[in-house]
Amino acid sequence: MNEISKIQPKEAFEWGLRESHGFDKGVIHEIQRAAETGIYRIRGFGAKREVPTFDDLVFLGASISRYALEGYRERCDTSVTLGTRYAKKPIELAIPVTIAGMSFGSLSANAKEALGRGASQMGTSTTTGDGGMTPEEREHSTQLVYQYLPSRYGMNPDDLRKADAIEIVVGQGAKPGGGGMLLGQKITERVGQMRTLPVGIDQRSACRHPDWTGPDDLAIKIRELREITSWEKPIYIKCGAARPYYDTMLAVKAGADVVVIDGMQGGTAATQDVFIEHVGLPTLAAVRMAVEALDELNMRGKVQLIVSGGIRSGADVAKAMAMGADAVAIGTAALIAIGDNDPKWEKEYREIGSGAGYWEDYQAGNDPAGISTQDPELSSRLDPALAGRKLANYLSVLTLEAQTLARANGKSDLRNLEPEDMAAMTVEAAAMAGVPLAGTSWIPGVDTAAR
Amino acid sequence: MNAHSNIAVIDLDDTDLTAANQSLQSKNGTEQNAHMRVVNPRGSHALAVGIDAPVDIEIDGNTGYFCAGMNKAARITVKGNAGQAVAENMMSGEVRVTGDASQAAGATAHGGLLVIEGNAGSRCGISLKGADIVVGGDIGHMSCFMAQAGRVVVLGDAGDALGDSLYETRIYVRGKVKSLGADCVEKEMRDEHRGELAELLQTAGFGDADPKEFRRYGSARNLYNFNIDNVGAY
Ligand SMILES: Cc1cc2nc3c(=O)[nH]c(=O)nc-3n(C[C@H](O)[C@H](O)[C@H](O)COP(=O)(O)O)c2cc1C
Repeated sequence: MNEISKIQPKEAFEWGLRESHGFDKGVIHEIQRAAETGIYRIRGFGAKREVPTFDDLVFLGASISRYALEGYRERCDTSVTLGTRYAKKPIELAIPVTIAGMSFGSLSANAKEALGRGASQMGTSTTTGDGGMTPEEREHSTQLVYQYLPSRYGMNPDDLRKADAIEIVVGQGAKPGGGGMLLGQKITERVGQMRTLPVGIDQRSACRHPDWTGPDDLAIKIRELREITSWEKPIYIKCGAARPYYDTMLAVKAGADVVVIDGMQGGTAATQDVFIEHVGLPTLAAVRMAVEALDELNMRGKVQLIVSGGIRSGADVAKAMAMGADAVAIGTAALIAIGDNDPKWEKEYREIGSGAGYWEDYQAGNDPAGISTQDPELSSRLDPALAGRKLANYLSVLTLEAQTLARANGKSDLRNLEPEDMAAMTVEAAAMAGVPLAGTSWIPGVDTAAR
Repeated sequence: MNAHSNIAVIDLDDTDLTAANQSLQSKNGTEQNAHMRVVNPRGSHALAVGIDAPVDIEIDGNTGYFCAGMNKAARITVKGNAGQAVAENMMSGEVRVTGDASQAAGATAHGGLLVIEGNAGSRCGISLKGADIVVGGDIGHMSCFMAQAGRVVVLGDAGDALGDSLYETRIYVRGKVKSLGADCVEKEMRDEHRGELAELLQTAGFGDADPKEFRRYGSARNLYNFNIDNVGAY
């Protein structure tokens, strides 16, 4: 080191350092962690890498040729009916935002109750998860979707008949092709009993259904579930965004009432980081592909499409619907709304090596907010009534925001939003969403001249 | 009146599946007994599913997928062979197949007894959650995969990878086991095991089989918690 650098202040010295793009501090830390422990990284939350999202689309708004509707005065409908194809009792939702399936086990009973209360206040549905149906959530959810998962934990015909709809889970966006994971501390006596598992084990659920594989079997499975529930309940098929075009086609052909497509940003309670970040397509691309399949089968409006994975705002809701979704589902945002990652627990998040807003290091069940935990003391911190109220507020904001955007585009119903109301900000988004790049009529991969 | 006059007969040649199932489910939620017979099943899928009453059902012929699925309380006999996943997710009652059963017989079943008098295909008792399964013949590969609770008795041989990733299901096999799956080991047969086995054999109608000829298999419980030293087994 020469004389001059020695006398420079520390900051100036650091300015001369150049962090590697490929081996940034996070990457170096992960290599060190892997070398230390020999175990892959498991965490909650969805993909953290940057991917094209609905933020890369804008609405055009009203103009001379499209006139706007008055906010607050002119109606903008938000209701949606799911399951009109075969179910004798379709689901009627007041708003097109549903609560996604999150298991009791990954979440505390109080958190499940809060989700049910908030959703019910707003006239929408909530969903069970990889751990069966709890009385708390059934009691507090006016419309409850019962998940039919590969693990079949707690599966029984009584709960099936108590449900308002059935969701066959083929996969989820955070890990298309991966099964559930619930780490030791979360398998308490009650959770273990519901899942028929020994207390304290690290549960890795099955990734494939035990009694069917492929689309032809699926059609028979759907038939069986309908026979057991007298053809009353809508049957949803949920897929991670692996091959959304083919998966949607096959789900429709197998007899689904509703298709749920969950993009790679979709949240999870606990999954290998490598799975979360490297498997599946972004929600933005997945919606378009699913809608294309429905259009091709002439099934738009007959089979409903629910989209999830990274929905945060009314803008996301409106854009997903403009692309052709009938409704969206939220997981992560709902947990934040009921109080997860609240900075008021910052000190305790730090103590477990995390921080509010990072969703790291509490997949094993020590969430200070009392949501992603089975610890009785921690979960007693969550007041289900208050938390439910917060969720209702948040759902209300999502709806008002989506209505604001719909009216600005002259739509008296959220379902009337269409791709033609939007432009893309990047070439990638234009290609994925099938929406022209702003200022052009160009959609990469589409011969617009021939249209 | 002869003994058969109060048996309701459902002929699948002139009744559609949903109507047939509705008749079979007509006592659901009650404690009422009834005796019903299904003829001409011709491999129908999803037959006699979702029954929740202590009724007796006899199916004369072969059935397709998911026969007797989610059964509660009913005693269902298939006089013939059963397709994929017979008695899947059964809760209670008894399902008997006089012939062979295809793959995933008794998958995820929580309770009750499934008897297969012939052979069962691969993945018999997959993810079993508390039911008992007794197979008169052989079972195929990957049987009892991830089985969590309940008991499986095999009078013949077992295929490859028996009991892979097993939890707490106890497996008794009289014949040869081609290979054991990850974390499945042979365990000592103690009196209590011979006792429960004798009882199971008796109930299933194989009372003349000698429990002393069986070996017991169960979980080594090494994979219950993630341990880097077991990485080769994952
Ligand atoms: C804590 C937690 C638990 C989850 N559990 C399940 C589950 O049991 N079954 C399932 O299909 N998806 C599960 N998911 C995924 C959600 O259903 C949904 O697909 C996802 O959260 C949507 O993406 P978002 O979180 O960005 O809104 C879970 C997600 C979270 C955050």
